[in-house]
Amino acid sequence: MSLGMVFALIGAVLSTALAGIGSAWGVGVAGQAAAGVVSEDPDQFAKVLILQLLPGTQGIYGLLVTFITLSNIGILGGSPITDTNTGLMYLFACLPIAIVGLVSAFHQGKTSVASIGIVAKKPDQFGKAMLFPAMVETYAILALLISILSITNIH
Amino acid sequence: MGDLNYVYAVARIRVKEKSLLSNADVAQMCGMKDADAVLGYLSEKGWGSAGERQSADQMLAAEEAKAAAALRELGAGKEILEVLSLPQMYHNLKAGIKTTCTGTENPKAFYKGVEPSEDTVTRSLTSKDFKLLPEHMRAAAERALEVMLRARDGQMCDVIVDRACLDAMAAAGEKSTHEILRTYLLEQVAVADIRTAVRGAKTGKSLAFFKEALAPVRGLSVQKLAIAAAESEKALFDDLSGTAYAGAAEAIKVSPSAFERWCDDKVMESIRPQKRNAFSIGPVVAYYLARQTEIRTARIVLTAKANGFSEEAIRERVREMYV
Repeated sequence: MSLGMVFALIGAVLSTALAGIGSAWGVGVAGQAAAGVVSEDPDQFAKVLILQLLPGTQGIYGLLVTFITLSNIGILGGSPITDTNTGLMYLFACLPIAIVGLVSAFHQGKTSVASIGIVAKKPDQFGKAMLFPAMVETYAILALLISILSITNIH
Repeated sequence: MGDLNYVYAVARIRVKEKSLLSNADVAQMCGMKDADAVLGYLSEKGWGSAGERQSADQMLAAEEAKAAAALRELGAGKEILEVLSLPQMYHNLKAGIKTTCTGTENPKAFYKGVEPSEDTVTRSLTSKDFKLLPEHMRAAAERALEVMLRARDGQMCDVIVDRACLDAMAAAGEKSTHEILRTYLLEQVAVADIRTAVRGAKTGKSLAFFKEALAPVRGLSVQKLAIAAAESEKALFDDLSGTAYAGAAEAIKVSPSAFERWCDDKVMESIRPQKRNAFSIGPVVAYYLARQTEIRTARIVLTAKANGFSEEAIRERVREMYV
C-alpha cells in the first residue's frame, strides 16, 4: 500500500471518528435532558426526541464523506492512489467535516439541552426552540459541502 | 464538564417549575374569602396529599417534605443538603438548649430529618460533650448553654446561636464551589444582618449587642452598620442608602412588614438568574428555595385569612414568587 493511500485512509477514518465522537457526545447530553423532561411530562416525548437527534447529523455527514472517499480511492470503488500528494489531498479534504463535525456537534448538543428546557416549560414554543440548535447545523453543512466538493474534484 | 452532570436534573426542574405558584396565583389567594378557600385552591394545584382533606399545617408540612425529597432525588450532594439545612440545624440547637435548661420535653420544637438529630443535640447538651456536634456549632453551643444556665438569658442565647449560624453560612458561602450557594448564602447573611440591625435600632440596642449579633460578610460593612444602628434609626437608614441594600431603607419607611418582604425578595432576586441556567446544580437549588418561599407565602396568606386580615394587608406581606 502506498503512503498516499495511508493518508487518504487516515482522512476517511477521521471524518467518521471525529464527527461521530461529537455526535455521540451531543446526542448523549441532549438525551439526558430529554429523559429528564419525559420523566416528568411523557407527552413531550416526540418534541424532545427531535431536539435530541439534531446533534446526531454530524456523525452521518462524517460517514457520508468516508463513503465517498472510500469509493474514490480503490477501497469501495475507483482506482487506488499511487502518489503521496493525492493521498494528502484526500486527507485535507476530509478535515473540514472531521473538525467542524466534532466542534459543532458538541455545541449543538449544549444548545439542544437549552432548547429542551424551553420545551419543558413552554411546549407550544417548540418551533422556536428547534431553531437554535438548527442554526449550529449550518456550519456542519458548510463543512460537509466543502469536504464533498474537494473529494469529488481530486483527480 | 462537571456541571453537565446536572443536565437530567435541570430538565426535570424545568417541568416542575411550571407547577410553582406565580405572583398571579398569590394575588388570587389574597383575594379569596377565607382560609378554607385558599386551602381548596392549593389542593387543586396539587398541594398536600392527594384525595385527603388536610389542615393548613398538615398541607404545608407535606409540601416541605416534598420539596426536601425533590432536592435529594435530583442529586443535590451532601454539601448542598448540609448547607441548606444550617438554619434548621441551629434552630434545633436553640430548642435543645431551652429544653435542656427548662427540663421540659417538646418534640414539636425540633425539625425532623436534620443532622445532628434531636437526640444527638440533647445528649450533647446534657452531657456537655460538644464533640457530638459539628465543629462549627461547638463553641456557640457551649457559650449559649452557659448563658442560659447561669443567667437564664434566652435572648442572649438566641443571639449567640443565630450569630454562629450566620458565621457558618458565610463560611460555607465563601468556600462553596457552587455559584448558587455562594450567591444565596452571602446574600442571606447580609440580609439577616440588616434585619437584625433594623430590629435592634428600633428597640434601642447597644453597640455591644450589634457587635455580638452581626456576622461579617463580603459586600457589607457590618462595623459601619453596627455603629449606625446603635446611633439611631435615621443613621441606619442613611448608612443603608449608600449601599447595594438601599431598598431596605425605603421598605422600612413603608412598614415593618414591607421590610420583611424586602428581605425575602432580595434573596429571591439573587437566585432568579438560575431560570436561564441549564448546566449546573443552580436551578435545582433555586427550585428548592423557590418552594420554601411559596410555602412561606402560603403560610402567611393562610394565617392572615384565619385572623381576618384585609386583602390589602395580606398583599403587603406576601413575597415575590420565583416564576
